[in-house]
Amino acid sequence: MSNMISYEQKNTPIHKLSGLTKLVFFILWCLTSALTFDTRILILMIIIGVVIYWIADVKWKQVSGVFWAIMFFMVINLVCIFFFSPYEGCKIYDSRTDILHLFGNYTLTKQQLFYEFNVFIKYFTVIPSVFIFLVTTDPSELASSLNGIGVPYSISYALEITLRYIPDIQDEYHKIKNAQEARGIEMSSKGRLFDRIKNTAAIIFPLLFSTMERIDVVSNAMELRGFGKKKKRTWYSQRPLVAADKAVIVFSVAFFAITMIITYMDGNRFYNPFL
Amino acid sequence: MKLKFGIKEVVALGIGTALFVVLTTVQIPLVIVPNTALQPRMAILAFFAAVFGPLVGAGIGLIGHILGDAIFYGSVWWSWVFPELIVGAGIGALAKKFAVKEGKFNNVKNIIVFNITQIVANAIAWILVAPVLDILIYSEPANKVFAQGMFAFLGNFIIIGILGTLLILVYSKVVGGSNNLEAEE
Repeated sequence: MSNMISYEQKNTPIHKLSGLTKLVFFILWCLTSALTFDTRILILMIIIGVVIYWIADVKWKQVSGVFWAIMFFMVINLVCIFFFSPYEGCKIYDSRTDILHLFGNYTLTKQQLFYEFNVFIKYFTVIPSVFIFLVTTDPSELASSLNGIGVPYSISYALEITLRYIPDIQDEYHKIKNAQEARGIEMSSKGRLFDRIKNTAAIIFPLLFSTMERIDVVSNAMELRGFGKKKKRTWYSQRPLVAADKAVIVFSVAFFAITMIITYMDGNRFYNPFL
Repeated sequence: MKLKFGIKEVVALGIGTALFVVLTTVQIPLVIVPNTALQPRMAILAFFAAVFGPLVGAGIGLIGHILGDAIFYGSVWWSWVFPELIVGAGIGALAKKFAVKEGKFNNVKNIIVFNITQIVANAIAWILVAPVLDILIYSEPANKVFAQGMFAFLGNFIIIGILGTLLILVYSKVVGGSNNLEAEE
């Protein structure tokens, strides 16, 4: 897969932070983004996001494919919102300023534009935290950091296994797909729906069976090495928290608290410039 | 009911999620409704839930959706993460009844029970929970999100109903196949 986001080793301040710190940041950042609809905070989050990108030395090439995919998705989503509910913004902001009458019952209003702009940037605020987390966190450190915030180590280990095996299973998927195509099974979007399901099944079946075998092999190996015998577990990749980590954690918590206060101070979570 | 979470479940959760994530981009587009697609990964979710139980099902739904979104789309659409968890947990809740690993899935009754379970789980997840979360988190128009939820429900119901049922049926036959002994009356 060409446009898959994955970890890349580099030497920036953000790479040096512990996985635990980045996880705390990621969770609080997503929570803030989910709860607020305050335009000022959303814009601030995007600015901070851009700064973090710059510090983490993320190359545009690393993220451009995914970026355009999101843009495409968002444009469709925004158009959908407009067609389903052209006056949603007027309801939310409790006022109406017409700009342009389009057709039938559809009139473009300032409030609707502003509302859809908010939906748009709200979606974009999550992206930096996801990118930063995936691009700068060593997968094996992720498991140790999850364990660090109290997730049982069996779950953390399952996540580590996931990250470890995604590339392997992807290879396998491509091999099986090529083999089936060589046998003449059509994979494009032509043909009837049922045929397409059948053709996809021609890949999924072998892939699933080899995966089930893999599960047997890996779980036997882990059993032989005594996995799960003790209540606790240590991690090679765990890093102690340094001053920078603590600073970031304090910042994340403070940022979350302050944005929540600002957002909900006036009783609802929208920032209303029309009143 | 005691929930088992041993080594096998840990590994099944790990590798099952990896498979789920890899299949994120494999979609069967529906011609009739633009911009919707059947997701074969839902059949995988149903399969793992039915074979390994509710914890593995819920875990694959939750972690798989977050990771799949994050890795391929660079963002997480949170309101659709939790419905996925409900589908996995819901189908997994009756895993013992299906007795897939014992090779007992190959009768009409189990197939019907499995499909009723998946319809109920999918309905709760996509017609109820997903739109409500969409409204709570993203303040999207109600009629839009309920329409989307309806399509998601139909798509997932179709793919789990056809592909999911077949996967479990065939797997159950293969693993249970070596044991043709029947209890003497």
